[in-house]
Amino acid sequence: MRVAGPGKRAVVIGGGLLGLEAARGLQLQGCEVTVIHIVDTLMNNQLDSTAGDFVKRKMEEIGIHVIGGQRTTAILGRDEVEAIEFSDGERLPADVVVIAAGIRPNAELARAAGIECGRGIKVNDFMETSDPCVFAVGECTEHRGEVFGLVAPLFEQGKVLAATITGNKEPKFEGWKPAAKLKVMGVDVFSAGEFLESAGTDVVRYEDQATGVYKKLLVRENRLVGCVLVGDAADSNRYMDWLRTNADLVVRRRNLLFPDAVEDKGESIAELPDSETICGCMGVTKGKVIQAIHENGIRTMSQLKECTRASTGCGSCSGVCEGLLKAVSPDFEEDTRRVLCKCVPYTQDNLREIIQSQKIKSVQEVLDIYGNGKGCEICKPALSYLVDVVWCGDHDEDRSARFINDRVHANIQNDGTFSVVPRMRGGVTTPDELRRIADVAEKYKVPLVKVTGSQRIDLLGIRKADLPKVWADLGMPSGQAYAKGLRMVKTCVGTEFCRFGVQDAMATGIELERRLENLFTPHKTKLGVTGCPRNCAEVTVKDIGLVGQDGSWQVVVGGAAGKHVRKADLLITVETTEEALDAAMLFFQYYRENGHYLERTYDFVERLGMEKIRKDTVYAQAKEKKALLRRLQKSKALSSDAWLERKQPVNPTQFVQIQPMQIPLTASENREVVLQ
Amino acid sequence: MSNWFRIASAGSVPLREGRSVTMGEREIAIFNLDGSFAAIDAACPHRGGPLCDGIVTGSSGPSLVCGPLMGHAVVCPLHGWKIDLDSGNVLKPEVSVKVETYEVRVMEGVIEVKIPESKTRGKAA
Repeated sequence: MRVAGPGKRAVVIGGGLLGLEAARGLQLQGCEVTVIHIVDTLMNNQLDSTAGDFVKRKMEEIGIHVIGGQRTTAILGRDEVEAIEFSDGERLPADVVVIAAGIRPNAELARAAGIECGRGIKVNDFMETSDPCVFAVGECTEHRGEVFGLVAPLFEQGKVLAATITGNKEPKFEGWKPAAKLKVMGVDVFSAGEFLESAGTDVVRYEDQATGVYKKLLVRENRLVGCVLVGDAADSNRYMDWLRTNADLVVRRRNLLFPDAVEDKGESIAELPDSETICGCMGVTKGKVIQAIHENGIRTMSQLKECTRASTGCGSCSGVCEGLLKAVSPDFEEDTRRVLCKCVPYTQDNLREIIQSQKIKSVQEVLDIYGNGKGCEICKPALSYLVDVVWCGDHDEDRSARFINDRVHANIQNDGTFSVVPRMRGGVTTPDELRRIADVAEKYKVPLVKVTGSQRIDLLGIRKADLPKVWADLGMPSGQAYAKGLRMVKTCVGTEFCRFGVQDAMATGIELERRLENLFTPHKTKLGVTGCPRNCAEVTVKDIGLVGQDGSWQVVVGGAAGKHVRKADLLITVETTEEALDAAMLFFQYYRENGHYLERTYDFVERLGMEKIRKDTVYAQAKEKKALLRRLQKSKALSSDAWLERKQPVNPTQFVQIQPMQIPLTASENREVVLQ
Repeated sequence: MSNWFRIASAGSVPLREGRSVTMGEREIAIFNLDGSFAAIDAACPHRGGPLCDGIVTGSSGPSLVCGPLMGHAVVCPLHGWKIDLDSGNVLKPEVSVKVETYEVRVMEGVIEVKIPESKTRGKAA
């Protein structure tokens, strides 16, 4: 993993199940990946040649090269790998080589002890070896002539062994119907039982090159003996069930591949016993899921994941979990379909598409065309954010749809006054700035001056009408301490003065703040840059953090130290400061474009998952990265310091009360009028 | 007894926003509702928040059909109390509190508000 990184050429020898999963993993680390397979058919232990071709095409589609029918004879290189060589003398350059060419049972110990071995340690149905005192389970065993390379049968063996050694010599391990599921996102492959035609076997087949879907069922005497699914493995559980129970298929014979969806979806889940494990990674049974749904009133997949951990591993059971949730929970809610609010009943993702495709540039237009025309305090600020980010700032700004803080660029306090926080990039200031701040505090009789947790100074209790004058006297830009946007970049002293510093945290933090300031984000965004792993700037609890190391930077995202405390996840490790700034900017723009309004980064990274975020940002194609940065630059170019509105207010009464033309006479004046 | 008072040109309150004006001992918030104006006491009955700084919203149900006919409300920026701009009733939370409302009209491009004399007098007396 240390050597696998962006730009590295990785070669995986072996196009079996594990080889393909390893290839995808390397690709997600940023490598350019080639899979070398000894025959033309990928996963030839589970797939026929047509299915192998379908999988090959899928892998190529997601950007993994596949070379079939090649035998690797040598790995070349001096201190490090440089290339591999094939039997025909051809060479392929490589920085990383992963060998995934099958496993061989490690039976040496048993053999030396005189226990009977074949390819592996021979065991009977009770997991006993030839020596009555020795038992064996796992990949080292050979059972009825079979050896095992996958984890599923080993769980079965474990159960049988537990029974045997506790004196209950009843359950038997009677072999295993081989079943395999490729856990590569976007490449659905499932194979179980037999996969090659033979005499006396009927074949039921469907294939569609255009959609990449291939399904084949092998049926003997009206019973399923094997199946292969590529491109759509949604029915795998049902087929597995037919295989396991040896189900009689006479009545279903006419629609084996396309069973009636309505009756079947629920049925196949309903047929599973409660004790059935549906999430193998986390060991969650169907019964546990149902219990959790009832006891905790779970309505969404994300709640189910949080509560039971089901579907949080490889994720291949998410279809079953969702089906179960739909069937059991009376108020099932689609996670992604949560609408913004009842004024505009669309999801935020829908709304982004609508704003973009219909070229809508103002909040009111969205409300007029797609909503109730009026809007509310929830959807108006959200739509304000969406039109801004979709058009990169080139939208029709409507201040009436913004919260008061974004109309007057200050944070409203409990008495209707405002707080003012000038920008102090990286928390670095000067005596001159401090003098001006002190002068302002005295001149406007500021009731409270406070140092914030973000390395800045807050002036509290300022009247709205005084805001423009205060800003002018400060002569500093807005710190956006009121906005759902970039707040600040907290820094430590770094190499500048600190004797432990290994990176220039202050200069890097100030540069990062300059590049991102004045931009809006779904929620407030706090950044940090620290000059060594001691992390004095506490960047691992920031939305984006840069951790300086000797000769490299770690870029971390999704940290929090507010209502939630969450340690940030590593996005990428890079060598240069410029690369670190780029990674931070990629994530920043990606969050702007994909975060839901009011969703902090810590919820955002959990919703999308770091794998996806890495793939879409730092490991995205160069073209996509450029596009993200280009949109960020466009927004940046159209943004400006909000406090400059002191010179050019949006309207004449932006900061001031209306001065009436006529006023009512006071009581005493009234009396005078009466007396006259 | 009430009198109409000339306040300011209609343009001084931006569309779908509110502005406050001090009229003797009253502080009144005036709202521009695209075609009409509304005026209510500026202080939120909850904690005295400035209603003139609130977001203007629709005031009734979710139906799209009655959208254009829907009334208006304002949401206090401090804690989100929602006040109906026509009746002065607090819509959210469910409390039976009312904010004083005033009649508004526009005469020759100038907003005028009808203010009762009694309160000014009663308080001063």
